[in-house]
Amino acid sequence: MDQNLLLNVCGLRAGIGDKEILRGIDLQVRPGEVHAIMGPNGSGKSTLAGVLAGDPRFTVYGGSATLGGVDLLALSPEDRSHEGLFLSFQYPVEIPGVSMVNFMRAAVNAKRRYLNLEPLSASEFLKMMRQKRAIVELDNKLASRSVNEGFSGGEKKRNEIFQMAVLEPRLAILDETDSGLDIDALRIVASGVNKLKTNQNATIVITHYQRLLDYIKPDVVHILYKGRIVHTAGPELALELEEKGYDWIKEQN
Amino acid sequence: MENNSEKTMPGEAIAGEYKYGFSTDIDTDIIPKGLSEDVVRLISQKKGEPEWLLDFRLRAFHAWQQMSMPRWAHLDIPPIDYQDISYYAAPVKKEGPKSMDEVDPQLVETFNKLGISLEEQKKLSGVAVDAVMDSVSVKTTHRELLAEKGVIFCSFSEAVRDYPDLVRKYLGKIVPPTDNFFAALNSAVFSDGSFVYIPKGVRCPMELSTYFRINAQGTGQFERTLIIADEDAYVSYLEGCTAPMRDENQLHAAIVEIFVEDRAEVKYSTVQNWYAGDKEGRGGVYNFVTKRGICHHDAKLSWTQVETGSAITWKYPSCVLAGDNAVGEFYSVAVTNNRQQADTGTKMIHLGRNTRSTIVSKGISAGHSQNSYRGLVKMAPSAEGAHNYAQCDSLLLSDTCGAHTFPYIDVLNDTAVAEHEATTSKISEDQLFYCAQRGIGAEEAVGLIVNGYAKEVMNKLPMEFAVEAQKLLSISLEGSVG
Repeated sequence: MDQNLLLNVCGLRAGIGDKEILRGIDLQVRPGEVHAIMGPNGSGKSTLAGVLAGDPRFTVYGGSATLGGVDLLALSPEDRSHEGLFLSFQYPVEIPGVSMVNFMRAAVNAKRRYLNLEPLSASEFLKMMRQKRAIVELDNKLASRSVNEGFSGGEKKRNEIFQMAVLEPRLAILDETDSGLDIDALRIVASGVNKLKTNQNATIVITHYQRLLDYIKPDVVHILYKGRIVHTAGPELALELEEKGYDWIKEQN
Repeated sequence: MENNSEKTMPGEAIAGEYKYGFSTDIDTDIIPKGLSEDVVRLISQKKGEPEWLLDFRLRAFHAWQQMSMPRWAHLDIPPIDYQDISYYAAPVKKEGPKSMDEVDPQLVETFNKLGISLEEQKKLSGVAVDAVMDSVSVKTTHRELLAEKGVIFCSFSEAVRDYPDLVRKYLGKIVPPTDNFFAALNSAVFSDGSFVYIPKGVRCPMELSTYFRINAQGTGQFERTLIIADEDAYVSYLEGCTAPMRDENQLHAAIVEIFVEDRAEVKYSTVQNWYAGDKEGRGGVYNFVTKRGICHHDAKLSWTQVETGSAITWKYPSCVLAGDNAVGEFYSVAVTNNRQQADTGTKMIHLGRNTRSTIVSKGISAGHSQNSYRGLVKMAPSAEGAHNYAQCDSLLLSDTCGAHTFPYIDVLNDTAVAEHEATTSKISEDQLFYCAQRGIGAEEAVGLIVNGYAKEVMNKLPMEFAVEAQKLLSISLEGSVG
């Protein structure tokens, strides 16, 4: 095995109940890389994100997925998070009554517990919140509101990237983070993602459109179609898709 | 009721879930089981009571004999054999050269295990405690300090002995002995409880707290609390309850009466954590409680309750808003899990002009439990300009539990306004997965969500209790998800 692999997905097959959606996914991501996964609606992009994160709606039929050599599929969703997997949700759910501060504090301290570290003190934690907030230009008020409750579409997505900044994942999967964003929000979100990029972590950007990739430059672009990765190339592939649409993929497959 | 000849404790498996489930092996003076006029007389005699109090008891007992158990609640109450219960149990004072105030070390130890320190010198918090084990008050702390302000805080029995006129003036005046079946039962056989008197214009310098503990087997607990806040007085009062885990059901029928004179304010907070029974619904306390207060001109009474325990809860802390501009509040979190049943709520009786009341009820149901809110808002013809706001929310954690709301609104004055809002919600798979993805496991996520949901009520609790109550919420719901 390539020691340098961060994410290694081999022959992954999964679906809902008996309905197979992913039909043998192979995907290798190295530290420092940005991958884009594109494809028409219903090709399995969000399913792939969900399966890697451990969404209980999905059943895995076969194949493997490791993160830094750790078998992801054997872990609970929370332990996958602790191992450094982050999913930015396409539709972040509202949790009434739970403030962002309490929510993030629970998340940070759960991870620290997993890593056998002492919980952060209140002042350390609040200081960190302040620093991370600035990355996505999130104001103080937003952080004291309930998780996603009453947030606009743009605020929800910025809030996702804020959480990513706090949790410092090794691998972030951004599921259609551009959907529902106006151009200003898109720029803030993309700039946040770029600021968080290091040569130690990696990002998978799932998107339908090229637009986001103008701001977050991918190293590798994959096309997912009918549950398989049918095409992998450099950033030029995204431009080609923008120009030609997905029809030529559908014809070829 | 189950056969209680078997003295086995429930299995170890659940011992970790209810941490107050231990019992103390202490000599207890228990009278034989059964209820009769002779038993009522015996209780009164054991307590050395005056004639008028015995008369009060006997009137209540005779009324009770004519009454039947209320059946209107949304509760499935197994038949209770009132002749199979002992109506008086008291830890025996050991012989020795002790002063009256010295408490059996074993009792001190018991209350220490419950987190209640009876040793005043070690106490840092500004809370005075009256500890009641089974039927009697074992120790009231901080009494001297309170006495400087003229505040009386003692056991009910002591109040009868030392302040008979006060007790006689108020006892049974807001909860009459014939009020209901369980009130009549309590009035006949009550053994002890707490007595509070705050003189005119005095702001009680510390929180007052009574800690109720059932210990003896095969007994019922019937305590009475009487709180009087004289004109312009203020007091915040807390009540906590636990019981050992036993296979049998134990009966708890209490009465709380509160008198809030002109411009006075009373805050009454309860954290009720009686043993709830095991997962299959074996054992647990039957909690049938009558709590009522009367508010005179510009007076305020605020009930806050966090109810997590008991197999069956039947209780409706109420406010009679008699004086003009009086204010009544009821903030409640009621949690039911496994086979627990709760039918709880409040009554706001508006008699005075411009009286106001607020009801915030948060029900949380899990497992196979049944959780009902039942409330009455009544605007009398005299309640000119009165206003009530009621909010009843239900949170469901399983597909097998039930949440019900029975609001009764009776407005007899055209200028009075009653508002009612209700919501029902469920913790969704999506919410739990979102939390899990952020590293927060299901148990902790439910705790966060439930505490967030209950926050509005928890914020009303005094600080000392709020943290404990939060933990209690999470513990009560352990194992209810996944």
